[in-house]
Amino acid sequence: MLPQIIFGYFAIVTIVLSLVIITRKNPVHSVLWMLVLFFHIAAIYLFLNAEFIAAVQVILYAGAVLVLFLFVIMMLNLKEELSSERFIGEWPIGVALGLSILLFIFFSIAKLAPGPLGKFTIELIQKETHTKAIGKVLYTEYILPFEVASLILLIAIVGAMVLAKKRT
Amino acid sequence: MVPLEWYITLSTVIFIIGVIGFLIRRNIIIMLISIELMLNAVNLSLVAFSHYLQDLKGQILVIFVITVAAAEAAIGLAILVSLYRNKAVVHTDKITEMKG
Repeated sequence: MLPQIIFGYFAIVTIVLSLVIITRKNPVHSVLWMLVLFFHIAAIYLFLNAEFIAAVQVILYAGAVLVLFLFVIMMLNLKEELSSERFIGEWPIGVALGLSILLFIFFSIAKLAPGPLGKFTIELIQKETHTKAIGKVLYTEYILPFEVASLILLIAIVGAMVLAKKRT
Repeated sequence: MVPLEWYITLSTVIFIIGVIGFLIRRNIIIMLISIELMLNAVNLSLVAFSHYLQDLKGQILVIFVITVAAAEAAIGLAILVSLYRNKAVVHTDKITEMKG
């Protein structure tokens, strides 16, 4: 019973926070609510026995991405944004489209059939520690995608500098 | 034990809230935040599947998704800064150069 109650708490809080995030007028408020949301999602990861992913979530999302967002919002002068309309004129169409996709996916979830189980049982991961287990898979089986990810980050660094540079 | 379907449902609901936020807001910053929301929802479902199928591949994929999300946020915000420098506006309906 206790796991269901904890999950229910996190589910309700994350859904309410997501709704709050997309309806705030001031982007700074949205970003700060996003911080709370990321901590709750990290807690759900802990609940799913994924300690390393929870740590990465807090460090990378809450620590890096949101600070980047806050920097950019503080750089732009958004005074006149606060006095204007927050939704586009055709917002009911957007909501209807989103809800129709939701309905579609719900029908698919009812037919969900999980595949065969893998070899990483909870006992194995607990014996080997989560970070070590994930590192072993990442650096042997997935070494090529790992290197490609470093290339993506390099392109992001160069691209961000080129785009944000002042034209001379 | 919480069933797998609950996690998938939660992830779907957060994803759809992200989609709706992306579609109905006029502010580009909030649209980028909605994209982050969608990526987080997908990460949640990947970790849930990884736990319930006892396979670490889902969590490896989450690490790559987080990498790409960080790159995407950096590039998106750089585009936003250069857009604001040219137009001094972050509203989608004021940006009509390409007549899209």
